[in-house]
Amino acid sequence: MQTPRVAGVGLTRFGVHPERTGRDLFAEAALAAIDDAGVDRSSIEALHYGNFMGEFAENQGHQGPLMAEAVGLSDRPATRHESACASSGVALREAVRAIRCGEADVVLVGGAERMNNLGTAGATEALAIAADDLFEVRAGVTFPGAYALMARAYFDAYGGRREDLAHIAVKNHDHALENEYAQFQRAISVETALEAPMIAEPLGIYDSCPITDGASALVLVSDDYAVRNDVDASVAVTGSAQGGDTLALQDRREIARTPATERAADAAYGDAGIEADDVDFAEVHDCFTIAEVLAIEALGFYEVGEGIAAARRGETDRNGERPINLSGGLKAKGHPVGATGTSQVVEVTRLLRGDHPNSDSVSDATTGVAHNAGGTVASVTVHVLEHTRRGEVGE
Amino acid sequence: MSDPTDYDEGYDDLLDAIDDSEGYYLSCPSGHGSLPPRRVCPVCGDPQLRETPIPDVGRVVTYTVVHVPTPQFDGAAPYVTAIAEFGDVRLTGLVAADPDAVSVGADVSVGVETFDSERRIVFETL
Repeated sequence: MQTPRVAGVGLTRFGVHPERTGRDLFAEAALAAIDDAGVDRSSIEALHYGNFMGEFAENQGHQGPLMAEAVGLSDRPATRHESACASSGVALREAVRAIRCGEADVVLVGGAERMNNLGTAGATEALAIAADDLFEVRAGVTFPGAYALMARAYFDAYGGRREDLAHIAVKNHDHALENEYAQFQRAISVETALEAPMIAEPLGIYDSCPITDGASALVLVSDDYAVRNDVDASVAVTGSAQGGDTLALQDRREIARTPATERAADAAYGDAGIEADDVDFAEVHDCFTIAEVLAIEALGFYEVGEGIAAARRGETDRNGERPINLSGGLKAKGHPVGATGTSQVVEVTRLLRGDHPNSDSVSDATTGVAHNAGGTVASVTVHVLEHTRRGEVGE
Repeated sequence: MSDPTDYDEGYDDLLDAIDDSEGYYLSCPSGHGSLPPRRVCPVCGDPQLRETPIPDVGRVVTYTVVHVPTPQFDGAAPYVTAIAEFGDVRLTGLVAADPDAVSVGADVSVGVETFDSERRIVFETL
């Protein structure tokens, strides 16, 4: 079986670009990834692309071919994957599978989302369709509202306070300070977070990721291709898995846990032949501060009920034992929904390669994880990335 | 059932029943509760689903006060949405009460109200 390697990565600056089309955003990120990879563009055999709200934002379905065309690959098979906020994590899984099974040697994978042209109310409406329309949205559940229901359930079951969540926001803003692709490169204080207006109680503005326009892309190559073409690709995708759960929160036994992540993590670690303790750092899906808590518990870094205090104790910051969201996370780097899954893998790759502004915090690291969740974690992907020389993995 | 393009069979039948104080959920032989429309139990896949009365009193499992709504709820915010447990099944509904009057563990009843021309599941605190 071939091991997929990350030959190149590309991002747009995440932020407020309401005037930029999805096709332009994706072209910028994808062309940067192809340039970074140093592979001949014509060697790319397929595109897997993640996007969630294209029908709302741009009245545009069928985006696969549109995005391939935008990077000069209009005759390649191109597929759009939609799994809410896990859209490009799922796209990445398909690219990984194509390379592993030998069907392709070079695959372009990424995602893009245009959101700010919808305005806050429009983007809130578009995000809400990730929930169950009949049983949740009609009962007033918004996307922040759904995570607020999980946060209240967590506090009730395991304890914790809004201040604990504020420490997560402060940490992730701090991590984004030097990240030139981040939407927010500014520090905040616990007091600022606690005093900010509420979105859906107990979550306030600083518990929530922003509305973001942006794109991300990766060029994956097989081990064989990297050797034959002398491609510098020191980071390999060694584990890949996806988990699932009921769409509506009401149908889950425990609202304050995310078993889909637990299942995906077990499978991805098994795939890579590692344990949770082997993970040096992770990019996790912190669309809301409580989501980071749920993620680090389900990924096996903390016992259930213990993750809430991790940021307050400094265990997950840049100087902590296992840094979480060194990019700034969705919270501070931004969350262009369909672009997020592959942007996390871009960040993990840069951190492992040593060309990320926060690489010094993980200079001895060999293993990073990317956790990308859709809806209230009804869809989730977990990918394990390892820094290796060619030939060390999969042979 | 006036306009079939605006009627969700199963779901709207359930709302009719709740509105008549005859709400039901679907129960499989293993005791898993679910809501219609279903052909099989979402947990175990058992096709033997029996309509079972929803208990009169439910208990709030979690709730939120939504301050930033979707356009359908424009003007209604802040409002309370809760998940409440009625025996073997849980429902999500708007809570017709002041946010300060809602707490985890509070008893509620379930009904149906029309808001913004859409029927919605609503809880009343007891």
